[in-house]
Amino acid sequence: MNAPVMQGILRKDGRKGIRNVVAVAYLVECAHHVSRLIVQKSAADDVHLIGFPGCYPNKYSLEMMQRLCTHPNVGAVLLVSLGCEGFNREQLRRTIAASGRTVDLLVIQQSGGTTRTLNAGLEIVKKMRAELARQTPVPMRLDELVVGTVCGGSDGTSGITANPAVGRCFDWLIEQNAACIFEETGELIGCERIMASRAITPELGVEIEACVDKAANYYRIMGYGSFAPGNADGGLTTLEEKSMGAYSKSGSSPISGLIKPGDVPPRGGLYLLDVVPDGEPRFGFPNISDNAEIVELIACGSHLILFTTGRGSVVGSAISPVIKVCANPDTYARMADDMDVNAGRILQGAELDEVGREIFALVQSVAGGAQSKSEQLGHQEFILTYKQFEPIGPACLPAA
Amino acid sequence: MTSDANNNATQTQLPPLLLLHPDDNIVVARRDIAAGERVELDGESFTIPAAVELGHKLARRALPAQARVLKYGAPIGSMKTAVARGEHVHLHNLRSDYIPSTTREGGVDAH
Repeated sequence: MNAPVMQGILRKDGRKGIRNVVAVAYLVECAHHVSRLIVQKSAADDVHLIGFPGCYPNKYSLEMMQRLCTHPNVGAVLLVSLGCEGFNREQLRRTIAASGRTVDLLVIQQSGGTTRTLNAGLEIVKKMRAELARQTPVPMRLDELVVGTVCGGSDGTSGITANPAVGRCFDWLIEQNAACIFEETGELIGCERIMASRAITPELGVEIEACVDKAANYYRIMGYGSFAPGNADGGLTTLEEKSMGAYSKSGSSPISGLIKPGDVPPRGGLYLLDVVPDGEPRFGFPNISDNAEIVELIACGSHLILFTTGRGSVVGSAISPVIKVCANPDTYARMADDMDVNAGRILQGAELDEVGREIFALVQSVAGGAQSKSEQLGHQEFILTYKQFEPIGPACLPAA
Repeated sequence: MTSDANNNATQTQLPPLLLLHPDDNIVVARRDIAAGERVELDGESFTIPAAVELGHKLARRALPAQARVLKYGAPIGSMKTAVARGEHVHLHNLRSDYIPSTTREGGVDAH
């Protein structure tokens, strides 16, 4: 069953990419428009826009940009700087170059403004795409795959249909030694003890309980939890009810590790991603929208994302394909063009395993190059904001 | 719409209320249910007092104020007021034991 069914581009670090993207990265909001023009006028599916809007340096955002620009799905990077911002562009450029990727840097203040930078950028992207087109994919196995999952626009159907179906798919991926990541400890408040009991060591269980306590404390200071009005419209009443539904995405495998944004799972297994910042709350709400969580899952090496939705999210992402699993049959009927899987049919009598198998097959075909619905529709949302993290503790990863 | 036709065809066969775990004291609407509809619950037939939408919760039996509400066999909050069997259980009568939920109209529900 572990026979090569997929293919990827082999990178210098040994990881394989299921896409070969040219990333155009703005290093401050002031360089966003020029970068967006370069992406738009390149008019190609494989040129993606990413970036960081802040003018002031932040260790987390530099680390995230280094991880994202050296993600296996990224083949080459064009950095676009205004010139006076605080982002450490030289460190980012060195990291990308050391990873064996082609990298170029345009500084708008030195390049002569918007139009000259745009024209230079278009030339660079054209050359990068031509270079990437000459790379040949090699066979790829499931144990080389990292899959993340996120839920958004959850409702009363999410925890009954789409989330447990993704959980089944996760169990089967982990049997094949893939690495699977679930996240948002703030959306797992109420599940801390049951998660701790699934940890592969008691010490990891303690870390998991502590990180959910941290999330509950953080959200309490923010004034409210990760609970949107649409969740209530769809029948969810409390944060812990939403948590129990979200939790079922994790399936039933043991939890092998607890990671933070940018940490890549060292081997196959199930990992919990702690996205809530450490220390006193400083930069605001932990994750201001679903795409902030998706970007963090991608920074942890996720090749693709399984996104479950009840109310009906339409988003995709830059860098990694997003597969949309729709929990609610009425939503599916309204928004079928955006949805890859109709998990709501479980409410109408379909088996959970049947939907789980459909997701499992889709993971492999999208990893093999087939476009997900959000990719076909051109969704490449991206958001990265300020945060602060301490490194994970020694009990958080499986022993070597 | 084909999917609606399928939906209607299966609606007649499948019970409209889902019990997710034997310990639960709420059930979930598998589809939109109209006020006055007769439903089966725990072997008894009774009338739904007010319309509920797909995915929403109803009391499996009468629940007093302060009752711990169980869904998936796990606690999801406590009742603010008592409800009768079949009544809608939502923001108006159920509160979080952790962090208040936000609403569009005005911030968070009062604890």
